[in-house]
Amino acid sequence: MNEETRTPSAPIKLRDNAKLYFKELFTLFLAFFKIGIICFGGGYTMISLIERDVVEKKQWLTTEEMMNILAVAESTPGPISMNTATYVGTKRAGLFGALACTFGAVLPSFIIIFVLSFFLEEFQSLTWVSYAFKGIRCAVLVLILNAVIKMFRNVEKTVFAILAVLFVLCMCLFTDLYIVYTLLICAAAGIIYNFTVRFVKYARGYKE
Amino acid sequence: MLYLRLFWTFFKIGLFTIGGGYAMIPLINAEVIANGWLTQEALLDFIAVSESTPGAFAINIATFVGAETGGFFGAVCATLGVVAPSLIIIFIIAKFFNKLTEKQLVKDAFSGLRPAVAALITYAFITLTVQVVFNTSSLSDWAAYKNPDRAAIGIFAVLFVISLIKIPFKGKKVKIHPILLILLSAGVGMLVYGVIL
Repeated sequence: MNEETRTPSAPIKLRDNAKLYFKELFTLFLAFFKIGIICFGGGYTMISLIERDVVEKKQWLTTEEMMNILAVAESTPGPISMNTATYVGTKRAGLFGALACTFGAVLPSFIIIFVLSFFLEEFQSLTWVSYAFKGIRCAVLVLILNAVIKMFRNVEKTVFAILAVLFVLCMCLFTDLYIVYTLLICAAAGIIYNFTVRFVKYARGYKE
Repeated sequence: MLYLRLFWTFFKIGLFTIGGGYAMIPLINAEVIANGWLTQEALLDFIAVSESTPGAFAINIATFVGAETGGFFGAVCATLGVVAPSLIIIFIIAKFFNKLTEKQLVKDAFSGLRPAVAALITYAFITLTVQVVFNTSSLSDWAAYKNPDRAAIGIFAVLFVISLIKIPFKGKKVKIHPILLILLSAGVGMLVYGVIL
């Protein structure tokens, strides 16, 4: 299929086409199983794979939508990888979609940790494994850096957006304020800023 | 009933972990260690292991404590418990999200939140870089900045360049798959730290 002309397919309902619905459930499960494998060192590594598979390839989300969900995921309980999985699943195929995606995302770490729990001490003393993980930590950095670059490409290039970025960075670096409060301040600032912009435009139009 | 207690304990932990897995460590201390399910040393060991395996910390610790105390079904119950709150909450939010985002007020709020998300990920990148390159978990540990891990910087630079290159594959030009990059980095890590250094 041609990359440019393809449009995102509509969500599927069980009562419309059961066979397609189950196929979709399996696709969702598999996509998030892969994302579950890659979640090294915090949830942000998965953004690289969400961007690649969920946004670009499957077109289940737009980049803007992904950033909205990340904002919601940051301010609700639970790891962001789980929250994103549940969101995409619900949107694509309702409750069963949510379950398929969430279990897909949980399963890799469940299997790995369950197996590891039998020989945790041996695992820690394997020097070669620790060398491999030193390498993996560098790859995690690369994946997160790529996510950062991608995110900033999608942020609106306005003075307001730049100030918001600097504000959050300073809050994180120099204070211990709970992240949810910082996000609430940003949401309020977004509302006030857009309201002011509209008001100024309206007032100017009124003058002329 | 152990299984129910595991489920309920981790349900509570899942419900109160807002904004990142490490926020839950005090809660784990209170619930898991108080219950005698894990000792303080075992918890610290496990945090180290959890950093080097895939998966969110919250899920990993739930699976681990469940497996240690109640075997396979213990692991299942604890993991289900920790996942359930966010599953329920996000399911409800997702049902209304599309209608909500049509509202002007919500659109305005998200125009402030999107730059914030970009900043949060930048912050995560900064803290992780300090962790990997300078081997310290505190940004204000000034002494640590004197000894950077040069090998890590080198591996990072090489992998970053590789991740930008577009390789022809099945008639299309694609960038390297993230999972492939992780596998490659594991090999490079073993080569650099095990063979060369």
